[in-house]
Amino acid sequence: MKIAVCIKRVPDMDVRFKIAASGTAVDEAGLKYDMSDFDGYAAEAALQVNEKGGGGEVTALCLGPDAVQETLRKALSMGIDKAVHLKCDAVPFDGWAIAQALAAQLGGGGYDLILFGRMSIDSSNQSVGPMVAELLGLPCVTAASRLDVSGGTGKAQRELEGASETVEFPLPAVVSIDEGVARPRYPSLKGIMAAKKKPLEVKPAQLGAVTVTVTTMELPPERNAGRIIGEGPDMVPELVRLLQTEAKVL
Amino acid sequence: MAASDTTADPHLASPQLTPRPDDLFGIDAALTEEERAIRDNVRRWVDEQVLPIIGKAYLDGRSPKELVPGMAELGMFGANLPEEYGCAGLSNVAYGLIMQELERGDSGLRSLASVQGSLVMFPIFAFGSEEQKRHWLPRMARGEVIGCFGLTEPDYGSNPSGMITRARQQADGSWIINGAKMWITNGSTAHLAVIWAKTGDDTSDTSIRGFLVPTGTTGFSARDQKGKLSLRASDTSELVLADVRVPADAILPKSNGLKSPLMCLTNARYGISWGVMGAALACYEEARRYSKTRVMFNGPIGGTQIQQVRLADMLTEIVKGQLMALHVGRMKDLGTYSPVQVSILKRNNVNVATNIAREARRLLGGNGILAEYASMRHMANLESVYTYEGTHDVHSLIIGQAITGMNAF
Repeated sequence: MKIAVCIKRVPDMDVRFKIAASGTAVDEAGLKYDMSDFDGYAAEAALQVNEKGGGGEVTALCLGPDAVQETLRKALSMGIDKAVHLKCDAVPFDGWAIAQALAAQLGGGGYDLILFGRMSIDSSNQSVGPMVAELLGLPCVTAASRLDVSGGTGKAQRELEGASETVEFPLPAVVSIDEGVARPRYPSLKGIMAAKKKPLEVKPAQLGAVTVTVTTMELPPERNAGRIIGEGPDMVPELVRLLQTEAKVL
Repeated sequence: MAASDTTADPHLASPQLTPRPDDLFGIDAALTEEERAIRDNVRRWVDEQVLPIIGKAYLDGRSPKELVPGMAELGMFGANLPEEYGCAGLSNVAYGLIMQELERGDSGLRSLASVQGSLVMFPIFAFGSEEQKRHWLPRMARGEVIGCFGLTEPDYGSNPSGMITRARQQADGSWIINGAKMWITNGSTAHLAVIWAKTGDDTSDTSIRGFLVPTGTTGFSARDQKGKLSLRASDTSELVLADVRVPADAILPKSNGLKSPLMCLTNARYGISWGVMGAALACYEEARRYSKTRVMFNGPIGGTQIQQVRLADMLTEIVKGQLMALHVGRMKDLGTYSPVQVSILKRNNVNVATNIAREARRLLGGNGILAEYASMRHMANLESVYTYEGTHDVHSLIIGQAITGMNAF
């Protein structure tokens, strides 16, 4: 099966962010970057569909400056066959502009399945996958926690609040992947060395016009330090009183 | 000159760039993209597979052998040996980074990998026949065969040339080996032992040869050494060889005198020197995290001068040790390194790692003695690493001899 996986390079979320001088983006200094978490699940899902279904080809796509090639090589090291870098100076916030660049590359590519992560963990828009589906006129399933494909039909499971549902759709289709599919595999050390020998095509990104921009970005207010009001069961009434009157959470 | 031109000149480069907090000294820039990817990959594996179980395994005195298939699948065994024998064919720097990340988990786990790769797979690769290489190396890379290295004897540790174990060739060409080995990592669980023995009647160390002895061979027995207060997540055993008969082709044909096992040790010591930086990193990271959250008197202890001095000392010694290891690793890749350089590296890095672990334990206060935290486990482990593979003192004498030309052994 011919599968495309669209991935994004995002800052490692373990660090403390600072706002850049522009006031509209995070300060990139001192950040470490990696593949967005959900995109790792999407890459794993793509590999598993072909491993179960008797082979095929998986292509990873990533849009951004040259640095994203490192993220593409990570996908290749997991076992993905080839990569396409859609080059642009900076990744716009506007998912619509990004979706047009991806659709221009993916349309006519003969892909049976186009996978995305449920959302990127930096901008959390959850928009690009469905927009690409719309542009290509394909069925779209979001946040699939399980994906099975056979005989030109896909079946996906989605987790809802307190329930789960299974949906069926014809291929080709666009599916965004949630955690719940198997955890992304560890690339083997040989796989990491082999990744640089796999094809990585660089093309200019045909971004659409940017219509949505960030005007301000700010960090949440600092939380006040906790307060210990005392110890033991005798303090419970006072704790309940403060939770009711001061914190107003009860 | 335009403003943009000034930053192109490295002498005028802006000193304002913010280094990454986890790479304060900018060492990542000295690694290739593949080396960083390999390190980060093994780091993730250790975070997810080792850290959740290692504290309990250590308390139970159990080597977590269930991790072997995962280590093999990633390609950690003999990772710097060629692909044609089923290995990953990585650079020595990449190999060192794997050791660093494994020992960030536990020195015992890194010891398992060091022995497998540098002390068993390496001698088969360097001194073995083509047949031996094709038979054993792929199986060992896949983790199906675990190896151990029998050099040290109960009365011959720092002076292996005095070893008593002896192999005598029989009329039919086979060898009969008799002797005892001690402090053998992986000894009781290994499938294959590389046994170093003097051959024939020659008592000089030039008669020492290596033998591949399957541990199921009649007359071979291994017993775990009990009561260890260090490397508790690793098997350490005593081997007894009583009239062990192995075929003529069990000998490593290219092994030749004491210098052969010493070559293996030079390799292993190189990996150890990276490894202990991993243990030091684990302790430093634990101390750093703790110092930011532990409140004493009126604020986090990380805001006090005394703990900042501790952390600054730890970080400085770690980056120095890493840079030394990186330098030797690059020379090893070029084939231009020497054993005395590895002695300088092993002696320094294990010593500073031991001190860092102790300081981290102290920073953690009373909590530092609990197995819930890693520092005291690393501290106890590193006492073994300080002693094995050439004690700190023996390396001092090797370096002293290189400096003065005089032998003080």
